[in-house]
Amino acid sequence: MGPVMVGPSSSHTAGAVRIGYITRKLLGEKPVKAELLLHGSFAATGKGHGTDKALTAGLLGMKPDDERIPHSFELAANEGMSVKVGTVTLRNVHPNTVLLHVEGLKGRKLEVEASSVGGGQIKICQIDGIETNFSGECPTLVVHNIDKPGHVAEATSLLAKYHVNIATMQLYRNVRGGYAVMVIECDQPVPPEPLQQLSQMDGILKVTYLNMDTEVAEKR
Amino acid sequence: MFSSVSSMLNAAEKRRLPLWKVILEDDCQERGAGMEDSLRKMNSLWQAMKSAAKNYSPQTRSSSGLSGGDGAKMRSLCPKASVGGKFIDSIIAEALSMGESNACMKRIVAAPTAGSCGVLPAVMIPLAERDGIDDNTIVDSLFVAAGFGQVIACRASISGAEGGCQAEIGTASAMTAAALVSIKNGTPQMSANAFAMALMNLLGLVCDPVAGLVEIPCIKRNVVGAVNAVSCADMALSGIGSRIPPDEVIDAMRSVGDMMPCVLRETGQGGLAATPYGAAAAKKIKEAGT
Repeated sequence: MGPVMVGPSSSHTAGAVRIGYITRKLLGEKPVKAELLLHGSFAATGKGHGTDKALTAGLLGMKPDDERIPHSFELAANEGMSVKVGTVTLRNVHPNTVLLHVEGLKGRKLEVEASSVGGGQIKICQIDGIETNFSGECPTLVVHNIDKPGHVAEATSLLAKYHVNIATMQLYRNVRGGYAVMVIECDQPVPPEPLQQLSQMDGILKVTYLNMDTEVAEKR
Repeated sequence: MFSSVSSMLNAAEKRRLPLWKVILEDDCQERGAGMEDSLRKMNSLWQAMKSAAKNYSPQTRSSSGLSGGDGAKMRSLCPKASVGGKFIDSIIAEALSMGESNACMKRIVAAPTAGSCGVLPAVMIPLAERDGIDDNTIVDSLFVAAGFGQVIACRASISGAEGGCQAEIGTASAMTAAALVSIKNGTPQMSANAFAMALMNLLGLVCDPVAGLVEIPCIKRNVVGAVNAVSCADMALSGIGSRIPPDEVIDAMRSVGDMMPCVLRETGQGGLAATPYGAAAAKKIKEAGT
């Protein structure tokens, strides 16, 4: 049962808000520019379902039950976030998929590809072209690092020290020795200390922590 | 998490607990949460359903212009002039209102989905009002609804894109029927019977929304789901059983969903969506959008 959400479709609306929200978290700063490229059923029926407004609302930091979602375009304009909506044809993806290009206040750019897979649940499929697969449903740690030995051990031992159990873990990289991403889904919320320590380590480029648990009553 | 209705009933019988309690404990175990927390979360869903009902606005229309206002129209029908009478009419009005609120981007509670959000509250709200049922009793029964819904999500699907409307309205109706029996102090087996009958009554229902939008026929199908839940709960309470066991009905629903062609699974290409009216409406909306 649940979530409490703004209609009309759990996948086209609630899921889209989550995608926008997680993208904002991954960017780590306030987005000022966003391009939303809708694919498949998102492109075909996205307008009637308010998918474009929902994604924008998420980028503004709103959650799926926020009653301001239908007015997100006006709110984005007020907050100085420019939004461009278009369509795209992607290969081998879920029918409800969107490709987002966002730019933050401090100039950071990010590309995220995400799918809404039903009942408001989502999947982040790509971050900056690197393949990923996570939902953001449990506390999730996304670590960007240089692809060299030891970083995975550093991250996991820090979590162990703070009694955080790892539910799933995925590792991705663009090329050998290049840019790597690890996605760690946890059973418990991660306290600020290990996040702080991890982000200061050599070779760790960026640490993003997502915890949507406080957001809405989760789907059972 | 229970993967069958039979295992849920067994657990209740073995531990001599009411169904809602077995499901609540299972939920706590699954999420590593305390009972208070689970009850609080479920209560917040119930409160959100009631506020959604209160916030219905008769004037609001969906952005496509296809829906709005019917809940109010139904509400204004004089019970003496109606066939169903006051209680049934209020259920119909509530189901329409909730479905319309959803189409108009207002805040609702997915139960189990947004498209079927009107079924459960449409019966619970008028029933609580008529019989003076307190929030705690309703919240307990929502665990029964959630438990049965979870079994369908696990064995089959609750998504129209995967299993057709039977997976959305059918599931919502079956969950509601089971919960209603528990409110009226029926046995777990009676809840399971109501659930099975409600689901089989809606077996085969396709997902064919006009222009792919959650409006036509989705809003009115919430009415069918709600009224079906009432009849199946009452049948079960009278002692009428389902010949086919609940788990077998779920499996049949899944297999019907698997056989359903793609055009009848939320693509807006078959059934009512493909009627001359449906096609023209879709064309008009598309042109207005570009």
